[in-house]
Amino acid sequence: MSQSSVDFPPKGGFSFDLCKRNDMLTQKGLKAPSFLKTGTTIVGLIFQDGVILGADTRATEGPIVADKNCEKIHYMAPNIYCCGAGTAADTEAVTDMVSSQLRLHRYQTGRDSRVITALTLLKKHLFSYQGHVSAALVLGGVDISGPHLHTIYPHGSTDTLPFATMGSGSLAAMSVFEAKYKEGLTRDEGIKLVAEAICSGIFNDLGSGSNVDICVITKGHKEYLRNYMEPNPRTYISSKGYTFTKKTEVLLTKITPLSERVKVVEVAGEAMEE
Amino acid sequence: MSIFEYNGSAVVAMVGKNCFAIASDRRLGVQLQTIATDFKRISKIHDHLFIGLSGLATDVQTLYQRLVFRHKLYQLREERDMKPETFASLVSAILYEKRFGPYLCQPVIAGLGDDNKPFICTMDSIGAKELAKDFVVSGTASESLYGACEAMFKPDMEAEELFETISQALLSSVDRDCLSGWGGHVYVVTPNEIKERILKGRMD
Repeated sequence: MSQSSVDFPPKGGFSFDLCKRNDMLTQKGLKAPSFLKTGTTIVGLIFQDGVILGADTRATEGPIVADKNCEKIHYMAPNIYCCGAGTAADTEAVTDMVSSQLRLHRYQTGRDSRVITALTLLKKHLFSYQGHVSAALVLGGVDISGPHLHTIYPHGSTDTLPFATMGSGSLAAMSVFEAKYKEGLTRDEGIKLVAEAICSGIFNDLGSGSNVDICVITKGHKEYLRNYMEPNPRTYISSKGYTFTKKTEVLLTKITPLSERVKVVEVAGEAMEE
Repeated sequence: MSIFEYNGSAVVAMVGKNCFAIASDRRLGVQLQTIATDFKRISKIHDHLFIGLSGLATDVQTLYQRLVFRHKLYQLREERDMKPETFASLVSAILYEKRFGPYLCQPVIAGLGDDNKPFICTMDSIGAKELAKDFVVSGTASESLYGACEAMFKPDMEAEELFETISQALLSSVDRDCLSGWGGHVYVVTPNEIKERILKGRMD
């Protein structure tokens, strides 16, 4: 093994030691693997009391649906959530990393996190990798200075908006917002509008599908409505199911019994004396 | 040809009632030539945690050795086995570390967690976790496996029925894939025992 991989604990950050080998394989004609993408429709809007975020739940690997019910709304802080589109590993890693940095910052300052802090940490990271970390995010939250909603592009640029959409279904969702958004929406109107925008992405965009997740953030309170709407249930399952009368042919069977784990109980006694 | 099609592989894991099953094919090839018919893709990390790795065989073996190293170190420090969820996060971190020059394999992790609750998950080659409540698949036969599992899976199956279902799903899927097959290797794990079985399949 090369010296770097025996290094424990690892120093953090990316390691590039397999790049040369992978390039050699690509030159020999073997195509690189495709990554899990979240084709996606993600949206956010600001209503009278705070922010509502919404996302679909389909994860794709090329044209195949790899996960029918994944979670695209990631926790950043108790008052800040972030929806992610793009390469799934990148959105998860980047939101986890910034969420940990925010928690350490909260311990250091003794104050609740601000949305602008999360925004700056994310955009600095994404810009420094020049768009190669492919994460497109919709960041929303309510902090001491009010509700905020931002979009972050993979190259590191950001926008601050009253309503935002990202992902392959963003055009479908944006058309719903442009038609029906108005300032000062109530909570129920806001949730209904977000659900409608996500559904428009689910039904019209091939990269988005399955269910609607919604997250409502207000001052001091948040509500994560996982699978708020399930417009695509499996209705075609046959109640009988499959039964296999002819058994599978087995060549060899090996059974390893697992014993009960022995529990060691510390008896509160005195220390040994000489 | 994709890098994953160099060696060929098929791995699937399914959840049952307080048990899980993980199965793989046994072929090792170099493009269209078969080199071995007894290649081990599924390895035990501890009694209640298994990992199956599909993709480039050299990375399968290297990654497995790195993970066993990290788990042994964890056992020395914590004096206990790793929980499946923790192990999945560890694998995800190790894979994401190589984001721009990744290990060319896709792991399938299956384990029994607290209260003997089964846990399965799969990842792409850069560590994007996909937790599922029913089944996960990976490898060159993954598209057929998705179809077979989607049709044959039932929730809350007991160990014997789970074994039948996962074996049938695996064998029918690898029959439709040139690069995987040559038998099957199935582990069914309940809280009290591990049953390892080698299946007879088409040898073509």
